[in-house]
Amino acid sequence: MTAILDVQNLAVRFGPTLAVRDASFIVQKGETHCIVGESGCGKSVTALAIMNLLARNARRDAKSITFAGRDILAYSDRQMEDVRGNRMAMIFQEPMTSLNPSYTIGSQMTEVLRRHHNTTKDLAEQRAIGLMQRVGITAPEMRLGQYPHQLSGGLRQRVMIAMALMCDPELLIADEPTTALDVTVQAQILRLLAELKQELGLGILLITHDLGIVARVADHVSVMYAGEVIETGRTADLFANPSHPYTRGLIDCVPVPGKIKPGEALGSIPGTVPVMKDGFSGCAFRFRCPLASEVCTQTVPRHEVGPDHLVQCHLPSRQGAGQ
Amino acid sequence: MPRLKEIGFVIGLVIVGVVFVAAVIGPWLTGHDAFAQNLNARLIPPFWMEGGSSQHWLGTDQIGRDYLTRLLYGARISLFIGILTVITSGIIGTTLGVLGGFYGGRIDDAVLFVITCRLSIPVVLVALAVVGLVGSSLTLVVTTLGLLLWDRFAVVARATTMQIRSLDYVNAAWCSGCSPLDIMRHEILPNISSHLMVVCTLEIALAILLEASLSFLGLGVPPPLPSWGLMIAEGKDYMFFSAWVIMIPGIALFTLVLGMNMVGDGLRRAFGTQVIK
Amino acid sequence: MTRFIFRRALLALSVVMTVMAMAFVLTRLSGDLAISIAGPGSTQADVEVIRKAYGLDRPVLVQFFDWTRLALTGDFGNSFFFKDKVSNLIGQRMPVTFTLGFTGLAVALVISLPLGILAALNENTWIDRSVSLLVMVGQAMPSFWLGLILMIVFGLQLGWLPISGTGSWQHFVMPAIVLAFTAVPALTRLMRSGMIEALGSDYIRTARAKGLSRSSIIFKHALRNAAIPVVSIAAVQLGFMLGGSIVIETVFALHGVGYLAWESISKNDFPVVQAVVLVLASIYIGLTLVSDILNALLDPRLRGA
Repeated sequence: MTAILDVQNLAVRFGPTLAVRDASFIVQKGETHCIVGESGCGKSVTALAIMNLLARNARRDAKSITFAGRDILAYSDRQMEDVRGNRMAMIFQEPMTSLNPSYTIGSQMTEVLRRHHNTTKDLAEQRAIGLMQRVGITAPEMRLGQYPHQLSGGLRQRVMIAMALMCDPELLIADEPTTALDVTVQAQILRLLAELKQELGLGILLITHDLGIVARVADHVSVMYAGEVIETGRTADLFANPSHPYTRGLIDCVPVPGKIKPGEALGSIPGTVPVMKDGFSGCAFRFRCPLASEVCTQTVPRHEVGPDHLVQCHLPSRQGAGQ
Repeated sequence: MPRLKEIGFVIGLVIVGVVFVAAVIGPWLTGHDAFAQNLNARLIPPFWMEGGSSQHWLGTDQIGRDYLTRLLYGARISLFIGILTVITSGIIGTTLGVLGGFYGGRIDDAVLFVITCRLSIPVVLVALAVVGLVGSSLTLVVTTLGLLLWDRFAVVARATTMQIRSLDYVNAAWCSGCSPLDIMRHEILPNISSHLMVVCTLEIALAILLEASLSFLGLGVPPPLPSWGLMIAEGKDYMFFSAWVIMIPGIALFTLVLGMNMVGDGLRRAFGTQVIK
Repeated sequence: MTRFIFRRALLALSVVMTVMAMAFVLTRLSGDLAISIAGPGSTQADVEVIRKAYGLDRPVLVQFFDWTRLALTGDFGNSFFFKDKVSNLIGQRMPVTFTLGFTGLAVALVISLPLGILAALNENTWIDRSVSLLVMVGQAMPSFWLGLILMIVFGLQLGWLPISGTGSWQHFVMPAIVLAFTAVPALTRLMRSGMIEALGSDYIRTARAKGLSRSSIIFKHALRNAAIPVVSIAAVQLGFMLGGSIVIETVFALHGVGYLAWESISKNDFPVVQAVVLVLASIYIGLTLVSDILNALLDPRLRGA
């Protein structure tokens, strides 16, 4: 199994605020890796940081960001421009506003291919038509000349996916691609992504807040809280054996029909995600954790609780030592 | 960098304040009469230039009147015209705008039609024509400008009224049985006043500029009143040799208008909203 | 789209009719026209003769409809002073005013578009503030005063440009610059805010994610959207410039329609004044129509609907 993306100790700050404190994960070729977490946990910032698409006032830092064997952390703007859209592509949450309203679908799709590879307009259009067919867009020849406002949200998201695939990338980063879509369309898009992953050997990094999506499509999961990856592992392992109290809390929050008795309160984790500032130490979850103790104010170690299953918590050491 | 922006506002306030004070008390302090001619002391340059005198700090004009006194008197005229014009145009424009924005439908269509007609009119030309055909006087200039310069008030009042009209607390007032007039007075006007204040400052500046243009063309404030525009016109014949004759009133005009614009800009920033186009 | 144009054209026509009424009333403001035409020192008999000759003894409404009827065919009557048809007079002067207007607009666009883009690309830096300051200075500058200063500097001291008349293209340089100043503040602000909004939008984030070059993002993607309102406002600004050219034409002695209007006002030449107000207003109305059409043409979202 080759890793297409290897992120070690990523940190992103906006002035005094730390949006991402320590994110480490690996996306394997041909696999879907989900980053899941509440709003404000830093998952979208992580995705943008990998592509170096952050705002001007953001500071990015990491031990390493390795893409297809190359260290892209130190890449210049120019080098990154050559990678983006070409070997690494990204699709976003809002298909309604993510396409330029003044240019046709065709021109926006062909432009990315012609930017990175030397092709003629005709060849680029052929590829665009082929990809649109593959993602399930009807009458693709007609769509070439249409404008974004003439398409529905679901269609636009398919266009975004097709556009992302124009240069045959090795990694697709999808930031909450289905959040703004109807539930039925959501399912279609997710299925499409899974198919493409199989066919093309794509690595997919999928950002989401929805555990249901994680359960459905992820081969590998990283759970983020307050800017940190607090647990990461193969999906089946993580759901079967959630080790971090936050992960357990998240899973408990999802109501399962048949298991919840009428009158019983729905699970929830009291409190909100804190904003991380400089000088914070220890576990960020300790304020909401039912199992917190004084040791949680100290730097949290990373433990391996199963094959490929890492958790950042004091509990395993406490259990190992005291129990 | 909020501090830099605030500096602009403060500078603007200082400028306007200085001009205001100078206009009110200045002409008394100089010891000269703005209208007293002295043909023996014509075109004396300002004191910092060759031939200048300490009797007349800014020199004299082509018929010997003290320039500084005339300049300060001219400030009075500019401010007077600016403020009176804006009172008239403000009332007209705000009324039209609030009515149109509040009632919508046919009334709004009518208001929009009137605004469009007004915008189509070449303002300077019409103002000139009115003054030219009826005869120049200070009152006429103020009236004409007041009747012509209400468009921005109307547009802004209308747009902000429309925004507020659909808000919940206005609906609450409807429900508790308030009459439209009450709602307009108590809910709408207080909430659009900040936007209108911004428009006020900008319109005062515009009125001052327009009056200067009219007076420059001889169809504004009648001589011997020392409107700055008129002073520039009177100095035009001598400007190639004594440029200060047009520079001094011009700089005064420019500075006052700039100050008012800076105040308006600062107010707009302070209220945190964009000018509604 | 055609229904839209039709409705706008109808609206425009009604505005023109209203302005016609206004222009007509305008010239009747000074009271008895016959007396004004006859001039001081005329006898009652003279005034009566004039009243009959110019049809001023007819009811006002009849005069109005008569004038309107002829005006719609382009016949504005004869000038009292120039002894020529008003339409001829206006027709002769129009090219000068148009040249001035279009040149002024061109200069304004050349100045304000780059300035606006520059300010947007460097938002909240000293460059942005300097542009804002420049814009405010331009807005506060009395146009006639600027004209005089330019005359002194470029006409007299440097001797580069002629200070009055309409002989050659050089005669239009200073007037065009002064005229441009009136439009630069609005256009620069619009370009700046449009670019800032465009650059912050989601589709620009997509463009960056596609690895497009910086210049492609700024000029191909952002500018295309930011420029739409600027172009349509530019048409309206042209309307303002044409209407406001009277001051500049007078300062520089350019014999355009504005100068004609000024001469006619000082000579109480009512037919000319009426006609010029109407013509300038109609041009403005036409330009707002053009502006709406441009807006609809440039924005694909408005085109089809």
